[in-house]
Amino acid sequence: MTDPTAYLSHLELGEPDKTFLDSNELIINMGPQHPATHGVLRVILKLDGEKVLGTECVIGYLHRGVEKIAEHRTYTMFNPYVDRMDYVAAVSNGLGYCEAVEKLLNVQAPPRANYIRVILTELNRLASHQLWLGTHALDIGAMTPLFYTFRDREEILKIFEKYCGARLTTHAFRIGGCLYETYDGFERDVKKFLDFVPPKIDEYEELLTTNRIWLERTKNVGKISAADCKALGVTGPVLRASGVKWDIRKAQPYANYSEFDFEIPTGVNGDTYDRYMVRMEEMRQSLRIIRQAVERIPEGPIMAKVPRVMKPPVGEIYHSIEAPKGELGYFIVSDGSTQPYRVRVRPPSFVNLQALDIMVRGALVADVVAVIGTLDIVLGEVDR
Amino acid sequence: MPEETTSPPPPPSGEPKAPAGQPISGSVQSTSEKPPATHAAPAKPTGPTPIPWDSPTVARLKSQYGSGVHEANTYLGQNYLVLDASITAEALRILRDEEQFDYCVDLTATHYPTREKQFELIWILYSFARNERIRVKTMIADGESFPSSVEIWPTTNWLEREVYDMFGIRFDGHPDLKRILLPDGWKGYPLRKDYGIIQQDQEWVQINLGIESGQ
Repeated sequence: MTDPTAYLSHLELGEPDKTFLDSNELIINMGPQHPATHGVLRVILKLDGEKVLGTECVIGYLHRGVEKIAEHRTYTMFNPYVDRMDYVAAVSNGLGYCEAVEKLLNVQAPPRANYIRVILTELNRLASHQLWLGTHALDIGAMTPLFYTFRDREEILKIFEKYCGARLTTHAFRIGGCLYETYDGFERDVKKFLDFVPPKIDEYEELLTTNRIWLERTKNVGKISAADCKALGVTGPVLRASGVKWDIRKAQPYANYSEFDFEIPTGVNGDTYDRYMVRMEEMRQSLRIIRQAVERIPEGPIMAKVPRVMKPPVGEIYHSIEAPKGELGYFIVSDGSTQPYRVRVRPPSFVNLQALDIMVRGALVADVVAVIGTLDIVLGEVDR
Repeated sequence: MPEETTSPPPPPSGEPKAPAGQPISGSVQSTSEKPPATHAAPAKPTGPTPIPWDSPTVARLKSQYGSGVHEANTYLGQNYLVLDASITAEALRILRDEEQFDYCVDLTATHYPTREKQFELIWILYSFARNERIRVKTMIADGESFPSSVEIWPTTNWLEREVYDMFGIRFDGHPDLKRILLPDGWKGYPLRKDYGIIQQDQEWVQINLGIESGQ
């Protein structure tokens, strides 16, 4: 051993950064049972004092083998399974899957079905963002938004429940259109909701946007550049907050999004605050889309003619939609039988989570929680 | 409001009942080969066929690699390339550097046990500048490895780990190739076709979970 007084004299020199306590690297385990990891995510943190040197994500705790199950189910039977991936945006998952199979079958959903799909999907985007806002703010220490957002999200879930009987894993759509016609008073309920929610969104903003603590905890935290986003395949609000104006609803429109007028909000700095602002504005844009859709919804059939036994011709298809978290894609290989030969789900949460490491390097431990929240991951989708 | 006769109203509570128009159990797979007369079948077994895809991108790759480009087709409006495994890694780099495919959407694989080269690797690429998607496919044999594309698109880090986890395809030069969704000690690759749907690594389950079987 070296002279034990060496570090003492070191202390006397008044260099608090070089004490024996914080010169060691520390490995800390966070999760999988941790309230701020939004499920069962385990992050191994390498720390120097409070500074994060690196992270490693350990995932798979919720792995259910969805892609394997798909190979053993018919196209119709697999439909409800997709709801269990991103379970806070089940309607979006269903839309992506149904449209992918429709493309394979060469079937077009009727216009009225597309309008119902757009209304429900945008309502779900709103519900997903509200849940994100509540839990993200709670992680950072603001407890009130959670109660507000859950109170208002309830109104959306009520509409879902009245429409199809389920609140969360809705299974709202079928291959070829929608199974259920809208219930009596659907349009009235949606319009009522459209008038009800904008002041509530202002209310959330009032609590957070100029809140000193919120600003301190989110400004310049978890910054990611547009180039890094593209290299890491990060999509959705995270990409847009870094300044890339890209949304599949505009870039490669699906359903009937090309008929609606809406803006793509973008950020500048790519930090947690910008991602918050982008998602807040996306909620308002979703309301705009819903209002246009509910005003123009045509009469007509809601289900296209699809064969009772679906046997898509041999071939492959990749279809992706703009889910609340980012690009959700389905790659389906058909061998001409009733069951898909292979279904691959391109989960936005899984790919976005990869960016966690570069977003928190050099930040503080407390920021890790903020960044996990701002990425808006759902572990059901990460692990599938 | 539309009349209620056109479609069944939502059930008041509980599981929505499956409609008559859709199969409710696996048994239908074996029963009827022909679609019922009441429904016209838009999807016949002989569906649309791939049509040749011509573009400057294809021309460039063809002039550079000749017969290495096995197929360049469009199916249902989506373009795809089938390349020889020996040139794919290089072609991917060209696609990113010179053809602006700067976003690797997905990397996955498909297992065809009856083929000589059992595994098909599929890259789905997107170009922000051109607003265009393509799929690049290549075939490799069981036990063969493939050069990692982490240096081309960092996003393939986890995607390659998942392909390794599910299919057992190794990627040379990957910084940290290990299982991602399944536990580290797991034996077998679940998305291979010879892996049963309820198959599991009994030994792992008994040692790590302390139970006889996970089923």
